[in-house]
Amino acid sequence: MAKVKMSKKSTKIDMTAMCDVAFLLLSFFVMTSTAKVPEPLPVDTPASTRETKLPDTDLVTITVGDGKVFFGMIGQDIRTDALGRIAEKYKLSFTEEETKRFSLIDGFGVPAGNLNKLISLKSDERNKEGVQPGIPYDSIDNQLREWILAARYATKELHQKEVKVAIKGDAKEEYPTIKKVIDILQDQKINKFFLVTGLRSEDF
Amino acid sequence: MAELNTGGGDSKGKKVRSKKQDAGVDLTAMVDLAFLLITFFMLTTSLSKPQSMNLAMPDKTKEQVDEPNLDVADDRTMTILLGEKNKMVWYYGLPNSPLEGPTVVGYGKNGIRKELLSKTKSVVEKYGDPKKGLIVLVKASNKSTYRNLVDILDEIAITKVPTYAIVDITPEDKAMLEKENLLTK
Repeated sequence: MAKVKMSKKSTKIDMTAMCDVAFLLLSFFVMTSTAKVPEPLPVDTPASTRETKLPDTDLVTITVGDGKVFFGMIGQDIRTDALGRIAEKYKLSFTEEETKRFSLIDGFGVPAGNLNKLISLKSDERNKEGVQPGIPYDSIDNQLREWILAARYATKELHQKEVKVAIKGDAKEEYPTIKKVIDILQDQKINKFFLVTGLRSEDF
Repeated sequence: MAELNTGGGDSKGKKVRSKKQDAGVDLTAMVDLAFLLITFFMLTTSLSKPQSMNLAMPDKTKEQVDEPNLDVADDRTMTILLGEKNKMVWYYGLPNSPLEGPTVVGYGKNGIRKELLSKTKSVVEKYGDPKKGLIVLVKASNKSTYRNLVDILDEIAITKVPTYAIVDITPEDKAMLEKENLLTK
């Protein structure tokens, strides 16, 4: 009986094509992903099943957590313009350099009087815990309202659009704080807004 | 593993013949790394996109003088009172003489969702008009958290309640919550 000789096959596969595809995908994801910026007030958002995406532009984010309120705007032009309006309202002055630096800050939470000091800080110092005490929003000194107004005027003038408001609340925050923020918004006849949430399935 | 043949070897006075080089580099490790990074970027991009929920509040301005107050049948309204300890009280009808309830119930698919589903169905069946559906009033007490509010709005969205509103809590409702030990002062 003749022995059937098994032909010795190479176990190596050509990986070139696979490698190509992998790197193509990799470069796609690297380019599309946006770097996560550190937030001054980290909050744990509650989860919901809704998947409405937040708009990318003309958005004001009000972060509520720990009884503190932080404010964020999107777009350097809007930030610059809103800061000008706030400076006018509270009789403050900012140099060109300070305005430029402010336009790079995503979110902040200090009373208007402390803005100069906040701007002069480095970004990593700025986001340390306890540096920013939150924006005053009680009825005596309602700076949150002024900031919302300033952002609305700025968006209306520069982009001819009504600003959209997103509320990013901490899951453990008690309802009265949220209610207060909603009331401030409703006083300006903003009756529609977004609640920033995490994602979960319907089976909970 | 690496097959990068560097050629060379002993030549012993023979003509130096450039060997045919095997150009195949083992790409396994590289592909491994690439896929690892792909997974990382895929996961981080999808997670960092914030989700959100639309919320429309009723207009506060009181200028609808020409519109008379609309009376709504009590068998169309269901009121949900959010209390502490992640519990809520619901009743169907008027607070003084509820048609059903008040009942304490929790969140999730075994809690309030069952009630909402059965009520949305029964109200439409009763009226035989899809336009006259259930109306849910959400009243959050001072002790409820933001998570509770989002959870109940989510349940309303899941059960497709046609009309709902977030309104201020009344003293009557507070008393009801206190009776069930869901509101401590």
